[in-house]
Amino acid sequence: MKKMKLVMVGNGMAGVRTLEEILKIAPDLYDITVFGAEPHANYNRILLSPVLAGEMTLKEIMLNDVDWYEKNGITLHLNKTITQIDRISRKVIAADGFEESYDRLLLATGSNPFVLPIPGKDLPGVITYRDIKDTNAMIEAASHYKNAVVIGGGLLGLEAANGLKLRGMDVTVVHLADWLMERQLDKTAADMLKKSLENKGLKFLLKKQTTAILGNGEGRVARVSFSDGEEIPADLVVMAVGIKPNDDLAKSAGIHCTRGIVVSDTMQTYDPRIYAVGECASHRGIAYGLVAPLFEMAKVCANHLAHLGIGRYEGSVTSTKLKVTGVDLFSAGNFQGAADTEEILLHDAVGGVYKKIVLKDDRIVGSVMVGDTGDGAWYFQMLREKKNVAEIRDHLMFGQSNLGNTGHQGQSNAAQMADTMEVCGCNGVCKGVIVKTIKEKGLFTLDDVRKHTKASSSCGSCTGLVEQILASTVGGAYAPQANKLKPMCGCTDHTHEEARQVIREQHLLTIPSVMRFMEWRTPNGCASCRPAINYYLLSTWPHEALDDPQSRFINERAHANIQKDGTYSVVPRMYGGVTNSAELRRIADVVDKYNIPTVKVTGGQRIDLLGVKKADLPKVWADLAMPSGHAYAKALRTVKTCVGSEWCRFGVQDSTQMGIDLERAFAKMYAPHKVKFAVSGCPRNCAESGIKDVGVIGVDSGWEIYVAGNGGIKTEVAQFLCKVKTAEEVLEYSGAFLQVYREEARYLDRTVHWVARVGLDYVKQRVLEDAEGRKALFGRLLYALQGEKDPWQERAQGVAKHEYQTLATVAVV
Amino acid sequence: MNAPEKAIMNEWINVGAVEDIPRLGARVVQSAHGDIAVFRNADDEVFALLDKCPHKGGPLSQGIVFGRHVACPLHNWNIGLDDGKAVAPDEGCAHRFAVKVVDQQVFLNI
Repeated sequence: MKKMKLVMVGNGMAGVRTLEEILKIAPDLYDITVFGAEPHANYNRILLSPVLAGEMTLKEIMLNDVDWYEKNGITLHLNKTITQIDRISRKVIAADGFEESYDRLLLATGSNPFVLPIPGKDLPGVITYRDIKDTNAMIEAASHYKNAVVIGGGLLGLEAANGLKLRGMDVTVVHLADWLMERQLDKTAADMLKKSLENKGLKFLLKKQTTAILGNGEGRVARVSFSDGEEIPADLVVMAVGIKPNDDLAKSAGIHCTRGIVVSDTMQTYDPRIYAVGECASHRGIAYGLVAPLFEMAKVCANHLAHLGIGRYEGSVTSTKLKVTGVDLFSAGNFQGAADTEEILLHDAVGGVYKKIVLKDDRIVGSVMVGDTGDGAWYFQMLREKKNVAEIRDHLMFGQSNLGNTGHQGQSNAAQMADTMEVCGCNGVCKGVIVKTIKEKGLFTLDDVRKHTKASSSCGSCTGLVEQILASTVGGAYAPQANKLKPMCGCTDHTHEEARQVIREQHLLTIPSVMRFMEWRTPNGCASCRPAINYYLLSTWPHEALDDPQSRFINERAHANIQKDGTYSVVPRMYGGVTNSAELRRIADVVDKYNIPTVKVTGGQRIDLLGVKKADLPKVWADLAMPSGHAYAKALRTVKTCVGSEWCRFGVQDSTQMGIDLERAFAKMYAPHKVKFAVSGCPRNCAESGIKDVGVIGVDSGWEIYVAGNGGIKTEVAQFLCKVKTAEEVLEYSGAFLQVYREEARYLDRTVHWVARVGLDYVKQRVLEDAEGRKALFGRLLYALQGEKDPWQERAQGVAKHEYQTLATVAVV
Repeated sequence: MNAPEKAIMNEWINVGAVEDIPRLGARVVQSAHGDIAVFRNADDEVFALLDKCPHKGGPLSQGIVFGRHVACPLHNWNIGLDDGKAVAPDEGCAHRFAVKVVDQQVFLNI
């Protein structure tokens, strides 16, 4: 098939990112041609400021060099400005008459700096700040001249001023508004910023309107004059008063533009063959000037160009970070506040720390910070996720480290960490490696960092820290991924929730039918999505959907835990942690008969036989004659108990029997992740019910039920759900809780993660307030468990024999 | 061991039928070189790799098979079934064995 022709006008970050996305998902669809007006390949424009400041070199900020285009079969025209689009014969025409036809056209023309319409604006020595050429002009001027005037006290202006100062110039920043960066900062923050920049030697003239730029008679700029009559000397004037989307080309072709090329949620212009991304595009009335939204646009645009047609861009909330070394500043969302918002403030003028969090209905809607911005990424993430912060509100201001995340022991201030400090304890990755990889490979997303460094790819408890390192390394280019929109894996753009919904609504019963219906990109998924879909099918349609063992992780397929040497461990079920001499004797005999090297008591009051050869498993199970403990499964594991009222002099309830009853009722229950119970017979809580998915504590008048605790990766105290009177109620309420979790949580969510997302109020509403609903949930759980066979006894009798036997043995002669 | 023992003389050895291997799964063949994982994918293509992940020696035969890849059960490295190579950015290679299917029977050349 003949490839279609995709032409891209503009060669900046948004456009090239779109091409990268297309190459990833539909590498053979298009012949791609790129026109760039600049003489350089794609570079990281936001890092021009560190280049100006002399902290980085041009080479370091290149994202895609010319080789990249060649390697990917892309035709690259540098130094060629497209001046005309002929939409009727579908071609673009360059200033030098060169023509290229297209099937799809991608406009990524970026923006132009706004030039004040004042006398003298064209004098030599008056420049804007936009590209490599401007940056070089400033570096050049700094070595010859003394006085620089930067017009505009916004982000770009201040970065330019800082760079020029570092290069030895005497810099004055002129700003029209009452305070600096008025679109990102409130007055308090701006005043602190001004002070710290003044300490670095910058001078400021606020509330000043520039009226003219005057020459020295020899044709070069010499002075700047203001509306109040004042004049100051200037050998270099940098105009950084704003940008305007570069929509001239589109406008001249008759494409609808209103301060930017108007695009739909699919990044298409009014001519559906023509797309626009980046700073030149106007989406829902907003033209974004920051990098993070551009990447989201690129993803959606690529998705459509690849004919997948499922992505939508719905706008972005943006955050700002100033890239001036030694000045920490962060701003996001509605930082000013309004009549219906509340503020949490911390202000230490002497210490130079100012933090403001703006809340509305217990959700963060904005934040501005000066001095200590370590938690900016965290606040921003919660802002984007619209997370309810009511429960952490009193600690919110003190940051993420104060919530007691294990894994990084309070070392949450990424920027201050030493390079040698370990970030990811699971994979042994230290900060220096992460920073180096981000810089060398040009990474922008958490997923990329995970792939390349493995940091936060195992237990995930250091995710926040890795995000902070990413944010502090790439600055404003970092786009925290909103969890809600996160696709299941690389095989699809659909989320877990969407998959569940389709399975329910379309009554799908097999993995291939789900993948067909949802148009999976891969023929049979991957090791990440297939187990998830298998679980969703089984939990949505019990007794109807067929289990697919090949889509289960080896532990669940073999019904034992794989160990590092390829042997397995066997943990028989002991209901409520109670055993007897006959069981112990059989266990001892099995250990001897099969030479099992290690016998260990587990944390869940059971016995673990470690180092069993796979081929021996069915025989071991037959000899044990005990049910599977499911210690290998995303399922009910143990119900830990204390001895309770039967023996204990303090016990007020028979916790052991309660535990046995619970374990008998819910054993063999598969779930999104492992589920652990504990039952204590009195408030002394010897069974540690406070850190279990469901913790039950006996009190004199009945039982208290706690949910969503966790003693693992993220130690989390369980939350009080309710108090009930009878053992039957304990079963019904805890069963109903588990069934909501089974039906609605994402695969691999522990109860703690799921409840954190949906809120305890939601759980209470489903389990406590709706009595009918609770009974129905409990009924559905019992139905799902009905007739579920014990996997070990089945296999001891010959089910799935091939799993445990080798195919053949070949000898060399 | 109830699987048949077979002698080899540097030639093609029949190790069983294609249908003895679960689709999107693997079986193990024991040999003097160590265990060999014999995979079958959704299109009934058969591949053979040394049953040792280049990362930390995990048994690849126990992993989840998808497309022309297997995910190692120990640390989730993805290994190409046709070339034994780890998928980037991971680096490493599992030893490959020649394999062919004749009349639904699987033959290895070790």
